[in-house]
Amino acid sequence: MPASREVVFVDGVRTPFGRSGPKGLYAETRADDLVVRVIRELMRRNPGLPPERVDEVAIAATTQIGDQGLTIGRSAAVLAGLPKSVPGYAIDRMCAGAMTAVTTVAGGISFGAYDVAIAGGVEHMGRHPMGEGVDPNPRFLSEQLVDGSALVMGMTAENLHDRYPSITKERADAYAVASQEKVAKAYADGRIQRDLVPMATRRAAEGWGLATVDEAPRPGTTLEGIRGLKTPFRAHGRVTAANSSGINDGATGCIVAAEDVARELGLTPRMRLVSYAFAGVDPEVMGVGPIPSTERALRLAGLSVDDIGLFEINEAFAVQVLAFLEHFGIADDDPRVNPYGGAIAFGHPLASSGVRLMIQLSRAFAERPDVRYGITTMCVGMGMGGTVIWENLS
Amino acid sequence: MSTLDTSRALLEGKNADEVVTKALVRDVELPYGAGTMALITLDNGLDHTKPNTFGPHGLLALNDALDAIAARSDLAAVGVVGKPFIFAVGADLKGAAAVSSREEALAIGRLGHHVFRRLGELDVPSFAFVNGAAMGGGLEIALHCTYRTVSSGVPAIALPECFLGLVPGWGGTQLLPRLIGPERALKLVIENPLSQNRMIKGRDAFALGIADAVFEPADFIEESLRWAAQVLRGEVSVERADHAAADWAPVIDRARTLVDLKLRGASPAPYRALDLMALARTASREEGFAAEDEALADLLMSDELRAGLYAFDLVQRRAKRPAGAPDRSLARPVTKVGVVGAGLMASQLALLFARRLEVPVVMTDLDQARLDKGVGYVHAEVGRLLGKSRISADQANRLKGLVTGSLTKDAFADADFVIEAVFEDLGVKQKVFAEVEEVVSETCVLATNTSSLSVTDMAAGLRHPERVVGFHFFNPVAVLPLLEIVRGAATDDPTLSTAFAVGKTLKKSCVLVKDAPAFVVNRLLTRFMGEVTAAADEGTPLEVADHALDSLGLPMTPFALLQLVGPAVALHVAETMHAAFPDRFGVSGNLAELVAAGKPGLYGPDFQIDPEVRALFEGGSSPSTADEVRLRALRALAQEIRLMLDEGVVSAAQDIDLCMILGAGWPFHTGGITPYLDRTGISEEVTGSRFLEPGVASVPA
Repeated sequence: MPASREVVFVDGVRTPFGRSGPKGLYAETRADDLVVRVIRELMRRNPGLPPERVDEVAIAATTQIGDQGLTIGRSAAVLAGLPKSVPGYAIDRMCAGAMTAVTTVAGGISFGAYDVAIAGGVEHMGRHPMGEGVDPNPRFLSEQLVDGSALVMGMTAENLHDRYPSITKERADAYAVASQEKVAKAYADGRIQRDLVPMATRRAAEGWGLATVDEAPRPGTTLEGIRGLKTPFRAHGRVTAANSSGINDGATGCIVAAEDVARELGLTPRMRLVSYAFAGVDPEVMGVGPIPSTERALRLAGLSVDDIGLFEINEAFAVQVLAFLEHFGIADDDPRVNPYGGAIAFGHPLASSGVRLMIQLSRAFAERPDVRYGITTMCVGMGMGGTVIWENLS
Repeated sequence: MSTLDTSRALLEGKNADEVVTKALVRDVELPYGAGTMALITLDNGLDHTKPNTFGPHGLLALNDALDAIAARSDLAAVGVVGKPFIFAVGADLKGAAAVSSREEALAIGRLGHHVFRRLGELDVPSFAFVNGAAMGGGLEIALHCTYRTVSSGVPAIALPECFLGLVPGWGGTQLLPRLIGPERALKLVIENPLSQNRMIKGRDAFALGIADAVFEPADFIEESLRWAAQVLRGEVSVERADHAAADWAPVIDRARTLVDLKLRGASPAPYRALDLMALARTASREEGFAAEDEALADLLMSDELRAGLYAFDLVQRRAKRPAGAPDRSLARPVTKVGVVGAGLMASQLALLFARRLEVPVVMTDLDQARLDKGVGYVHAEVGRLLGKSRISADQANRLKGLVTGSLTKDAFADADFVIEAVFEDLGVKQKVFAEVEEVVSETCVLATNTSSLSVTDMAAGLRHPERVVGFHFFNPVAVLPLLEIVRGAATDDPTLSTAFAVGKTLKKSCVLVKDAPAFVVNRLLTRFMGEVTAAADEGTPLEVADHALDSLGLPMTPFALLQLVGPAVALHVAETMHAAFPDRFGVSGNLAELVAAGKPGLYGPDFQIDPEVRALFEGGSSPSTADEVRLRALRALAQEIRLMLDEGVVSAAQDIDLCMILGAGWPFHTGGITPYLDRTGISEEVTGSRFLEPGVASVPA
């Protein structure tokens, strides 16, 4: 990918992810407040970055209304106390929102339009349930542009099982149990907490509280324990609550900068952007999206999958990870894949997850200086995949 | 019985309608593995317009929460925080006004101490996170904690007790001077309350040392908890100066002199606060808190406090819902204002209307030079506001653009509200209104800023007398909050409603008054000053006459007020009042001579009586004592107020008091004036009855 300037990932933080719903951590916490907290923590952790040097704040949200509306990148920047001279915008590519925020500002940096940008995402799925306010064009169905199941993510996951008959429910469940185990271990080793910013959680009836850890992980999950769960998307199907990511609330953000500017400001770049790609697939099997996007990103980078030493792939559904691994000939339990676990345990607040993948890849890079390249990849509703290839600077 | 049981028994049945501030407790896992904090959120369940307060039930609720916390052994710390925008604003004043015995008053003081002090006596450190307004008992809760953080967004931190007639007696007088030293503590306990109840902001509280750390409001709670974790882990240490070693006496004596200058002993509260603070340097907690309990009990049962609570209620409630104002929906929009005249008063009015209404304001005068001066004054004042960063450059441009001048009244054609501030002469004003009526719409309100002329007479002869209303400001217009709105005989409801709506937008406290000579404040001040001047005319030494009323603690002596108003204006009003009520309002020959001599008042530039003025007043042959002068002036006030109420000048004695508090700056501890006249027996002696029922602004019988 031709670049006038190298683009680097400097630092990323996120709020703990909560379970959506009236009992969840953030039941009475605003989405924009989550973003504000992330931005302030990024600035606090990187005192070398003068606030006025932030040239853009790109924040993704899938549902851009209410507390996720009002051009959330700009409004959160103002609420966070960044100088009014710092602009911001809102961006949406559903689950790949934050990833797209990063690639978009990266494009701007590479072009020379920005030196430093903050990119991130938020989804408060409790306040904004999936599909809130959508109005699908009737032509989608009348002209059979997409299958009727395309807008129900669980159904697309069942469709993906159909496409890969070798991926059984047992494999998906085993993958899910392993994800929970990896997250529990990563927590025990203190690998997750360092990038979580504690978030105040006030409930009118209970007073102030503080979220310091993710709410969604279920350590101790066993195969036996999840085997009998319902398959809500298809009778006698394969997709269950246990082998899918949950419905979650959370926000992420990161500092992306031109490499020379990062060094000038004394910031420590952790990874260099090598290439990125997005690709479209049939919406009714959206989970297959990461395959063509990764192939395209590898091609742009002049790399092969064998050059990739670490994979952070979003676990929207176990089947979608397994389809990716099967396609590239990688074992289900390959240690290069999601070494700290993934969304099945952490949760998946849609537009925020892309930057969580980058945070975890950057930390895994730091522990594996021998690894040169890694990827972050995820599937996207309406049939897309996104992939970013990174070079380890640790 | 324990303090708690006694208090519970005495207070539990009381104050049934207390809005109880709950103490919600949640466990918080602190960052960096600093352990678990039991975080108490103070929340009365209402929004920020109804702040957290503490009555007996709230105190007992907090006590229950602390019982549960004290029983645990797994905690690293305890925290206290408020609801959004509000920490806590102190004792429930409604409850305080309902206390009926000293025993009960003592129980309130003791219960507050019993509960609050536990925050400083737990096995683990306590932290107050002052996220919003903290006043009185609210601030004292924070002071009892081991550590405090404050949000830089907090607009109001104060110990307003002395303003009302109490002392910060739930630990404030003991803890604060030891924490930040007596000099700084006096600022909060004495100076600010006695300076129109000034408040400080979050950053000031940090600078004074009241809080150990300050954080921005955006993530104040999270950063406070992070800081608490760092303190608990020893990563942050809090340095505190030891103030107990110094000699506090000179500082406290200086403050006592200041209080004397302002109050002359009229209200006991600040003196008690000073005594308690003096004690704080050496007293044990037991001694100090017990002394606070006694002071609270005495003051809660004092008429000065009850008058203070009454006055506070007038200013907070009655001033916002003026008695007798017509339905708000009748008000007509005001999109342009005309000001007749370009003198100082007119210019002040133009500035005020432009700033608050943000509509075009056009001033007229017959003389271009005067007009230029008037508009120039407004522009210069706008420039001053800009210089002090009170407004932005854009706002300054806007305000300057809004205020223009015109030599002819055609410029009023599309105005909705025209106010005149021309020479105080009925004929002149009638002529002005007649000219204005030629150009304005039929519904344009015509307001007069007259201080003593009849609004009804001014409207006579107009085609639409129903649109004329009195709009009596007090000088300086930008500072004094009172606006007497005068209903003339013909004034209709839409006009009156528009006047009230405009007054409210101007951020004035409006009181509806009948069209009677000099309305309320000037009538009473003139009557009062007339008696003092008469005593001087009769041979009472000037100093004796002028200081005869010191024991009321008025903001200034009668002759100082005369100096401020100007002898010529005072004489003019006295003559007007004499014409209206020759039996009760005299005109002092000496005052007339003073005006003729061109003196600015009785005092020279050195604040001593001008010898020439003294000579001028010589010759009286029946001097009075100070006591006689005081009684004479107060009796005159009682008589005049009764007459005003009988005439229906205002709807109730409460409005008289509100006017005197807001228009003359008369103090809270006199409740304006009628509570003072009632409690000294003067009302009954002069008029046969009290103005207010016992208990309204006094300790119930």
